[in-house]
Amino acid sequence: MTKNKASSSPSTTARGQRAPKGVLRRLLRTLFEFYPVLLPVTILCILINAIVSAIPAVFLQKVIAVVDETYQSGDWSSVAGRILTYVLVLVIMYIISLIAGTFYTQMMAIITQGSLKKLREKMFSHMQDLPIKYFDTNGHGDIMSYYTNDVDTLRQMISQSLPQMTIAGITLLVVFCIMMYYSIILALLVVAGIVCMVISARAITNRSSKYFLRQQVTLAKAEAFMEEMMTGQKVIKVFCHENGAKEDFDKVNGEIFFNARNGNRFANILMPLLGNIGNVMYVVVALVGGALLLSDIPNISISGMAFSISIVVPFLNMTKQFAGSVGQVSNQINMVIMGLAGAHRIFALLDEEPETDEGYVTLVNATENPDGSVSECKETTNVWAWKHQHHDGTVTYTRLQGDVRFFDVNFGYTPEKTVLHNISLYAKPGQKVAFVGSTGAGKTTITNLINRFYDINDGKIRYDGININKIKKSDLRRSLGIVLQDTNLFTGTVMENIRYGNLKACDEECIAAAELAGADDFIRRLPEGYNTMLTGNGANLSQGQRQLLAIARAAVADPPVMILDEATSSIDTRTEAIVQRGMDALMTGRTVFVIAHRLSTVHNADAIMVLDHGRIIERGTHDDLLKLKGTYYQLYTGALELD
Amino acid sequence: MPARQISSKKPKNLRYTLRTLFTYMGRHRFLLLAVGILVCISALANLLGNYMIRPVVNSLAYGNPERLIPGIMITTVVYFSGVAATFGYTQIMVKGAQKILFDIRRDLFSHLQTLPLSFFDRRRHGDIMSYFTNDIDTVSDALNNSFTMVIQSFIQMVGTLIILFILNWKLSLIVAVCYAAMFLYIKFSAGKSKAFYTKQQSGLGDLDGYIEEMVSGQKIIKVFNHERESIKNFRIKNEILRRAGTGAQAFSATMIPAVVSISYVNYAIVAILGGIMAMNNKTDIGSLASYLVFVRQAAAPINQFTQQSNFLLAALSGAERVFEAMSQTPEVDEGEIDLIKKTGANTEKQSWFWQKEDKTLVPLRGDVRFDNVDFGYDSKHMILKKISLYAKPGQKIAFVGPTGAGKTTITNLINRFYDVQSGCVLYDGFNVKDIKKDALRRSLGIVLQDTHLFTGTIAENIRFGKPDATDEEIYEAARIANADSFIRRLPQSYDTVITSDGANLSQGQRQLLSIARAAIADPPVLILDEATSSVDTRTEALIEKGMDRLMEGRTVFVIAHRLSTVRNADAIMVLEDGEITERGSHEDLIAQKGLYWHLYHGTKELS
Repeated sequence: MTKNKASSSPSTTARGQRAPKGVLRRLLRTLFEFYPVLLPVTILCILINAIVSAIPAVFLQKVIAVVDETYQSGDWSSVAGRILTYVLVLVIMYIISLIAGTFYTQMMAIITQGSLKKLREKMFSHMQDLPIKYFDTNGHGDIMSYYTNDVDTLRQMISQSLPQMTIAGITLLVVFCIMMYYSIILALLVVAGIVCMVISARAITNRSSKYFLRQQVTLAKAEAFMEEMMTGQKVIKVFCHENGAKEDFDKVNGEIFFNARNGNRFANILMPLLGNIGNVMYVVVALVGGALLLSDIPNISISGMAFSISIVVPFLNMTKQFAGSVGQVSNQINMVIMGLAGAHRIFALLDEEPETDEGYVTLVNATENPDGSVSECKETTNVWAWKHQHHDGTVTYTRLQGDVRFFDVNFGYTPEKTVLHNISLYAKPGQKVAFVGSTGAGKTTITNLINRFYDINDGKIRYDGININKIKKSDLRRSLGIVLQDTNLFTGTVMENIRYGNLKACDEECIAAAELAGADDFIRRLPEGYNTMLTGNGANLSQGQRQLLAIARAAVADPPVMILDEATSSIDTRTEAIVQRGMDALMTGRTVFVIAHRLSTVHNADAIMVLDHGRIIERGTHDDLLKLKGTYYQLYTGALELD
Repeated sequence: MPARQISSKKPKNLRYTLRTLFTYMGRHRFLLLAVGILVCISALANLLGNYMIRPVVNSLAYGNPERLIPGIMITTVVYFSGVAATFGYTQIMVKGAQKILFDIRRDLFSHLQTLPLSFFDRRRHGDIMSYFTNDIDTVSDALNNSFTMVIQSFIQMVGTLIILFILNWKLSLIVAVCYAAMFLYIKFSAGKSKAFYTKQQSGLGDLDGYIEEMVSGQKIIKVFNHERESIKNFRIKNEILRRAGTGAQAFSATMIPAVVSISYVNYAIVAILGGIMAMNNKTDIGSLASYLVFVRQAAAPINQFTQQSNFLLAALSGAERVFEAMSQTPEVDEGEIDLIKKTGANTEKQSWFWQKEDKTLVPLRGDVRFDNVDFGYDSKHMILKKISLYAKPGQKIAFVGPTGAGKTTITNLINRFYDVQSGCVLYDGFNVKDIKKDALRRSLGIVLQDTHLFTGTIAENIRFGKPDATDEEIYEAARIANADSFIRRLPQSYDTVITSDGANLSQGQRQLLSIARAAIADPPVLILDEATSSVDTRTEALIEKGMDRLMEGRTVFVIAHRLSTVRNADAIMVLEDGEITERGSHEDLIAQKGLYWHLYHGTKELS
């Protein structure tokens, strides 16, 4: 089921609530869009099946009437033809219902699974288009639960509840018509019973669904709790918190117990209660039917038939069928409520605003013309150009150089709190620009703006003179190599993880990148070298080794601009020096942004920006800054003092 | 999450699983006994009720109204008692079932808390999670529904057949043959559909695992522009799941029409033959009517019985996995020595003491020694070889060395996350194995490399290090860790809620919080594993001063790549490939001109 954090962030739809009106309609519309032909055909089959399986009651009456008639006369031969006809019709009906039934269940399997597949695909593709902000503000468990919990409740609803309720509903209608045909008095009696059933079913499902929806919440809570305990297992053990964790779990566990017990208690009352009412109805119909049979009260019916045993017996059968159908419908109500709540959440995800990308400047391979200009070409060259499609239809090419400039940029993750104030800076092609500053000063935020994980509130960022808003996001990111602070590795071999940076890279290129990153040495010592499987975000590697792989991954992408965000913080200085030399060789003539706390890493940068509370307070080369005797000087001498 | 697929396999260790399950059920044996009795009553009442139709119909058909009233009366009584019994057992069962589930969940969680770290390191979290989600779910379904349904449908099945034979044994022979056919068919197709379901479960697990990884690696995906790639892979897995799902659902959907048509054929044959018998006056219409009702009804319990027993089987394999996890050997803790805090003989200040088995107290000094320790996470790959070292009380010992040399592993041995393979670790002269784990870990403050924060406020996260800490103590610890100023700048200051492992904080801020968490515990021995790697040097210097004051006279182990952090240590151990290759003070090691000198020189060269 779920891994879910019952997060209260505004963008997720809270669990434990009934879906608002309109969700069912949207769900049905979506299903019809998925299967515009198959679904109506299937529904037709469901209709046929339901009608055909309700009708035999009529023929039962006819057969009994014939038998009743001839029982007295004893002349069987005269009615043999009639009986045979009835039997034939019955057989044909059964065959039709069998075919329709088989057809619709098979089609329903295709439709259910196909719709779920399409829905999941829609969700996943949509998720890929969502901005990073969405992932930063929603718990991963919560996002997962769309695919596990919510899709699952939908599956049950589409495959089971909807067809069953349709059939039960139609059966109810047909049986009711037949009842009216035979005897309006008895039919009204049954209707009175049904009203009782519906009222009690409503009262009970209202209560049980409340607890079931709550149970979903507590289950999600328990799972989120579990997940946190799993990942924090080390911290728990370090602080001897095992007992505290148990107590906390007991609380959540108790909540599950409470909600599950109450929900099931009410839900379990439902069927016996409905059965009870059904049986009372049965007895009352039998009694009244018997009384009517014995007395001389005229029958009121559409058919105008008089009371006879041939009406009462099938009527009793129909009463049972009727009660059964009502029971079936009410039994599905909880599932429908939960399914709709799931559908509501899924639609909320699909309605989530995707990352806007109004960029039209693309990155293309280019060749350099003798006159210094560049033109587009198909083959892979080492020269890249920005292809600028102007509104008047002309196309210009700008050579990709890696010139990044910030003009008075302001930014905050939330509108109330500005994190960066009036940032202006430039990185000329081939320069190495470093950001230093205290923890939380906004260093990582700056890099989040260059690759447009977040969009600036105010000011301008230009890349090779082009406003980055005009560059297609995928092309912008392709031109930037980024080694992030948290190293995420995927399930797969070491080789596959390195190749992630450039899917076209051959084995040799990956190995060369690993050598460059200083990772080759430890990889070769792994049990299966480059073919060693990594699981669980590389849990079998040390933090430093994970960082080396992340660097290799970025190196294989060979981008014109590189951003290194504390890329070597868990690596020893000697290895770092090796990595740095390799990277320097790779990045000659290319722009590099470096964030590092270890000042030895940033020392040789062309420009060092000292950030404090979202402002650049000092800038210059190492020597300039030392002369300034400001914050950098203090940081540096602080480090020296310790050294 | 391949665990999902296991849950649909057949249970292997059936006897053990059943025995354990019965012990859980045994705690509620009176409840369950009552349920059993009531289920029987309800099933029998259902049977009898239908049996009673005969006199009622007969009385109508033959115009014997005097028999109508008692017939209806008896039927009513029987129905009502049946309904009452059903009502009773469902209500009781809910409580029993939920209580059992509560117990299992609690025991499972408690047991997991006692398991060694290697259990968690070797499994994917998704796998462990699935005990609580998939496996307990199947048990829950079975207890909530299948358990009583199997009993009930079994009684109804057998009872119906008996009544059928009593009513008309000749016709019943035909019925019996048809039932046998139905039964065999259901059995056969259930086996087949199970294969589909297994496939579906594994497809589902695979897809979920994939999504999970993509969600947590979203940044990397965007950085490398891999959105289309990941959708492509998703499509493949999604399609596999769709095929398996369609197969499973379509196949199990054929079961119902097949069974229904067998029952129709059966019904038709019996009706025709019965009609002929009635014409020849071999039976009466009332008997035939009620007989036919039974014939129709008999199909339902057969269907239900087979279906529900499949659920029971699935539940058993789920229970088996849960119980298997619960039978994992917990962390060995044969230690006897406890840790207490007591006011010392000479001073006012409280200090720590080891309390031996015979209640004698030994003051804690913080003397840690490794004696020829060998260790590997698996027996083939040795990570540490012949490590011997000592840390005298009050000393600061630093470990340096290349990435993957085994620095973190050494600290894992001190606090017994893992146990040494040979050699021993001594703490104040005691073998760490003789100290209670809880006491040992309480005596060690550790700031781990991965700074895991829990959902809760900042204050709660710091208080994690000392549950009874006052607010003042929390502020003080935050001040020592230099976290106070940034915390106060957060929207709700110390009451700011941290979510998603502190995604709203920078990495450095997370480290500061985990240092505060360790500082508040005020431990006699401190281990800092790259505790300040994401913190700027100036802040680091401030933290260091605070910690130095706190840890005065206490032992500190430091792992750091930044050599400025380790420079002033009393002893620096240089690790290489699991061996200590150099040791000594900073000056000694510089004079040696070995790896440390290179490391240091490398730094110098760069700066």
